Amino acid sequence: MADMKSHSAAAIIEAKDIVKHYGSVIALSGISMKVLQGEVLCLLGDNGAGKSTLIKTLSGVVKPSGGELLVDGKPVTFSSPRDALDAGIATVYQDLAMIPLMSVTRNFFMGREPRKGIPPFRYIDFKHCDAVTREEMHKIGIDVRDPNQAVGTLSGGERQCVAIARAVYFGAKVLILDEPTSALGVAQTSMVLKYINHVQQNGLGVIFITHNVRHAFAVGNRFTILNRGKTLGTYAKSEISIDELQNMMAGGKELQALSNELGGTI
Amino acid sequence: MTEISKIPATSIKSDERMKKVSVLTSLMRRPELGAVAGLLMVVTFFFFTADTSMFSLSGLMTILAPASQLGILAIAASMLMIGGEFDLSIGSMVAFAGLTFGGLLVNFGQPLWIAILFTLLFAAMLGAVNGQIVIRTRLPSFIVTLAFLFILRGLTLVGLKWATGGSTQLRGISEAVGDTSIASLFSGLAFQGFFAWLAENDLIEKFDNGIPKVAGVPVSVVWFVGLAGVATWVLLRTRVGNWIFAVGGDANAARNSGVPVDRVKTGLFALTACAAALVAIITVVDAGSTDARRGFQKEFEAIIAAVIGGSLLTGGYGSAIGAFFGAIIFGLVSIGLTYTKFDSDWFQVFLGSMLLLAVLFNNFIRRKVTGER
Repeated sequence: MADMKSHSAAAIIEAKDIVKHYGSVIALSGISMKVLQGEVLCLLGDNGAGKSTLIKTLSGVVKPSGGELLVDGKPVTFSSPRDALDAGIATVYQDLAMIPLMSVTRNFFMGREPRKGIPPFRYIDFKHCDAVTREEMHKIGIDVRDPNQAVGTLSGGERQCVAIARAVYFGAKVLILDEPTSALGVAQTSMVLKYINHVQQNGLGVIFITHNVRHAFAVGNRFTILNRGKTLGTYAKSEISIDELQNMMAGGKELQALSNELGGTI
Repeated sequence: MTEISKIPATSIKSDERMKKVSVLTSLMRRPELGAVAGLLMVVTFFFFTADTSMFSLSGLMTILAPASQLGILAIAASMLMIGGEFDLSIGSMVAFAGLTFGGLLVNFGQPLWIAILFTLLFAAMLGAVNGQIVIRTRLPSFIVTLAFLFILRGLTLVGLKWATGGSTQLRGISEAVGDTSIASLFSGLAFQGFFAWLAENDLIEKFDNGIPKVAGVPVSVVWFVGLAGVATWVLLRTRVGNWIFAVGGDANAARNSGVPVDRVKTGLFALTACAAALVAIITVVDAGSTDARRGFQKEFEAIIAAVIGGSLLTGGYGSAIGAFFGAIIFGLVSIGLTYTKFDSDWFQVFLGSMLLLAVLFNNFIRRKVTGER
């Protein structure tokens, strides 16, 4: 473990002073963060804090208006999600990860289909794809009996796991997970959290976006809190308690008062 | 399916809540199931009501000729529909491509191969323009291509009058085409030698002088079958096929996964327009003239055939082979009624009912496939 820590001193991905304007709206005003190898960085923030914009910037969906993005210490600019994918940054979106009408295999290899044959007669090797899909699913404890079944037949947690497994299989170094647990029940949430833990232990960096502090605290190593397009700070797990995190995220006392009123249930 | 048996049983934990995938379920996953069922229904209907000559070889060819022309459009339309878009301008595109083709031959005196090549390229370009407008404006393709339905139909009328000096029919194409080997790729009959051989050996009906009653297969049928095969292969077995399903299923998810969504959609619009141009070339060379009503309402017929073939109006699901059967059903009913005692004007009633039935069936199947409850 100590060896790994020293090795991972360099950040896999680092954002420096990222600024993003949409017309006159300032979505991000100078965000800095970094992710080390084998750690889970939780990005916490309430609605409108700039989480989605930050993810979109990191994953190449939008271009930042200012600031710098470093991958393995080298500055990069992404002009499409493809560029980010090729740099090893894979994003798993909350509800846009999978196409329900397509089979598990087709979803798994979407955008990265392995091909056989001579052009222009190249074709997808579905036998191989089905086998890989079944094996990768088996590794994470999801029994896909028929990889040709539509993704729509899987549960929400399973879909998230398939999406994560896909990113890992295609050599992602950094995984960006956009609220992977927000729509899930308890059992499915723990399934996803367990898998995040597993991915981290395999040496990947994970950016876990959520507004559920409990989920964040369950798997996170460090926590970055966003509010109104700015970072309020980054804390290691040992430096902060779950309640302090909750308060910082909500941006102050109002919620604290409300929470007390409701018997501390928020 | 054979894959499952290869995996040792121990490697799969069974979930007691999961039912075995029955043969029926795996059959239901095929989008063309409805079309095959519909075809069986229609054939059974005509089997009991129509004159037996409908099911002779010549009756079959009479049905397949119009079915094939519609089918070429329907296959392209179904691919575009799977990709999540519509093209209502294909009927008008047939007319406009017919004018372009005829004008190049008659008015500009171009050789046939240049006229064919230019017509296809020009159509592809117009299709791409359609696609680009849809992509850039983010308007529904329904509206954009509805506009082009009228624009192209109008341009065809204006252009025809200009090309002919006031008429809406451009003649003299047969003379301009002449009798080249390229022409035989787009008109007339194929496999004539084979049919002559069949007649010689008394395998098919022939006239007293030994000439077979059916001299060959219309060339359009060969195109139709060939395109259905290629389109099916592309959809089911290639990367582009996977991309087509992906962009129609969820364009955002596809884009996030690295699929070039805009290129795929533009390509599909170009392909659809090319299919319209191909139908134009085939029918114009056959008829020896072109007129303003060519391809009239074909856009609806093509979409209906695609829907009967199992394509969802919302995209992401469907099949080319389904559109193939959809077009044959169309041909069967439109021609078949003349073999029965029914008034052939029942055709449209039948068509509308088929469409409604197909849409209901498709929705049911989609719920089954995705496990929606």
